[in-house]
Amino acid sequence: MKQISNEFSGTFICLEKSNIDTDQIIPKQFLKSIKKTGFGDNLFDGWRYLDEGTLDQETSSRMVNKDFIFNNKLFIDSNILVSGENFGCGSSREHAVWALKDFGIKTVIAESFADIFYNNCFKNGLLALSLKKSEISKIFQNFNENSAQSIEIDLINQVLHYGDSEFKFELDDYKKKCLLEGLDEIGASLKFTDQIKSFEINYQLKNPWLFK
Amino acid sequence: MSSRTLYDKLWDAHHVAKRDDGSSLIYIDRHLIHEVTSPQAFDGLRERKIEPWRVDSIIATPDHNVPTENRAKGLKGISDSTSKLQVLTLEENVKKYDLNFFSLGDERQGIVHVIGPEQGLTLPGMTVVCGDSHTSTHGAFGALAMGIGTSEVEHVLATQCLIAYKQKNMRINIEGDLLERVSAKDVTMFIIGQVGTAGGTGFNIEYAGSTIENLSMEGRMTLCNMSIEAGARSGMVAPDQTTFDYIKGKPFAPLGEQFDKALDTWISLKSDPDAIFDNEFSFSSEQILPQVTWGTSPEMVSSIDEKVPEPRDFKNKENYEDALNYMGLKPGTKLTDISLDQIFIGSCTNSRIEDLRIAAEILKGNKLAKNIKRALVVPGSGLVKKQAEEEGLHEIFIDAGFSWRDAGCSMCLGMNPDQLDQEERCASTSNRNFEGRQGYKGRTHLVSPAMAAAAAIEGRFIDVREF
Repeated sequence: MKQISNEFSGTFICLEKSNIDTDQIIPKQFLKSIKKTGFGDNLFDGWRYLDEGTLDQETSSRMVNKDFIFNNKLFIDSNILVSGENFGCGSSREHAVWALKDFGIKTVIAESFADIFYNNCFKNGLLALSLKKSEISKIFQNFNENSAQSIEIDLINQVLHYGDSEFKFELDDYKKKCLLEGLDEIGASLKFTDQIKSFEINYQLKNPWLFK
Repeated sequence: MSSRTLYDKLWDAHHVAKRDDGSSLIYIDRHLIHEVTSPQAFDGLRERKIEPWRVDSIIATPDHNVPTENRAKGLKGISDSTSKLQVLTLEENVKKYDLNFFSLGDERQGIVHVIGPEQGLTLPGMTVVCGDSHTSTHGAFGALAMGIGTSEVEHVLATQCLIAYKQKNMRINIEGDLLERVSAKDVTMFIIGQVGTAGGTGFNIEYAGSTIENLSMEGRMTLCNMSIEAGARSGMVAPDQTTFDYIKGKPFAPLGEQFDKALDTWISLKSDPDAIFDNEFSFSSEQILPQVTWGTSPEMVSSIDEKVPEPRDFKNKENYEDALNYMGLKPGTKLTDISLDQIFIGSCTNSRIEDLRIAAEILKGNKLAKNIKRALVVPGSGLVKKQAEEEGLHEIFIDAGFSWRDAGCSMCLGMNPDQLDQEERCASTSNRNFEGRQGYKGRTHLVSPAMAAAAAIEGRFIDVREF
């Protein structure tokens, strides 16, 4: 039975490009912040504005790049981003995920993801899912800059509904559980405290030079 | 037990527990921390009211966001208030938890991936993590070293473990002697050009073959450093006598009996002869000429004797058009006809003493070309800087017209004041040529230290073998 997860569904926006790196998602000057929030206005800063952004700057007075899809009024409320291969490559900066989340993106769909970015998404309740090249192409082809369209995500059954199409996607059970239940990972790992301690004792006996 | 790869062995040796979902808890031996990706993790610890699991595993230093001038002033030398706050926040966390720390004023301060090995804090068989993707550098010692995000930094602080899925095994074999003045940097750039920037995603890469065995430890660090640019979170070289000789006598390395005991373990750290790899590539050293990137991804790379390619020759034509447009380059332009504005010698890829030696050897008695507006040398650590000064290398750089700086990440990512101006073109020994990486609308060409030095003299790219 179809069970739409509203928190991961919605209107989508496309960036038809491969190898979008985390330096583009959130440029380095914003990494000076010691917080996890406040990055949304600077998501894709170098592409979104016609000037160089600085941290803590009022963005409303900046010149925007009108050709960039994130400045199209129809799409500023999008909560799904669709892109090409190797999305999120480069730097490990989790700020990239914080920026997407802050902007309102809840799901990133791509042909493939870079490892560290993919991991970082699920630590922050963002769904990252891969589709086949042909499926992504179909979404790109039908994407129309004059009207926002929706994608519905059925997380439980791992099916994406787009128009008349249904695309299955892979997701491991743990990540799914994290998203559905908002699981506390550190809390869950601390349940292994006894095992970690006994591992550590044995390990230190074998490798004493690794301990002070 | 069946045949295992080096990666399999390191994984097994650190495996604490299997979780219900198939992922594992992997024990972490060394946790490197810097100012940019740690503040939110320490905040998380405090919210949970827990302490770091094992402080003797942690080493902290500021590197990403520090100026490379006015170092004598310490924190006061940082003019940008947000940068200063970030470095101060690291110092406060270090103090609160009593962590090992190399402060701005300490001569041992430097880029985290330079100082770990330099201090003997990176050892064979270790698991090493850091909130920085170039942590793969430490794989040069036969360590399993991975870049992690800030949530994972918090997780490792709290549990001494990383939640991980086992990666697949890839081996890259290179055989033969490298051509003259071709370095580990050219090797890694060549590999990325061959396997692509996502070719290693989901894999640990083991580098093997006589070419790799003949590399110095510094060369192996350069090689493993850029594994992430091929998509692999970790890359490694099996430890051998070169590794053991490098480690012996380093400040934090084991001593005497402990060293001998460690050595017994380290010697076994290699893939079994019949171990199976999920993917394997083989290249000959003769294929590798000095490399130059011309685009906005490290895979957009060619040999120095080639031309900027035609976008239509690639499957994602638009990506290549965008890249050349950003770089201000026309297809068909000879790489040796590209003229430059800035030179940057530094970064966790190429800021060690051997990198400075080869650059200085080429620069000796020469001057910067007139069109070069600025050239920076940023040693990877205070100790690299000191060593270079003892050898007189700084005088060669300064005489040539370079600015001789203090240690840090500097213009590799341009978080500090060392940045390119708009549309300035830089020959850089760093690791990423992404849009805006070295400065807003700046244009980066990745090269080896020897190629950067030759380009500084010529004002354009030139085959360093012609020097």
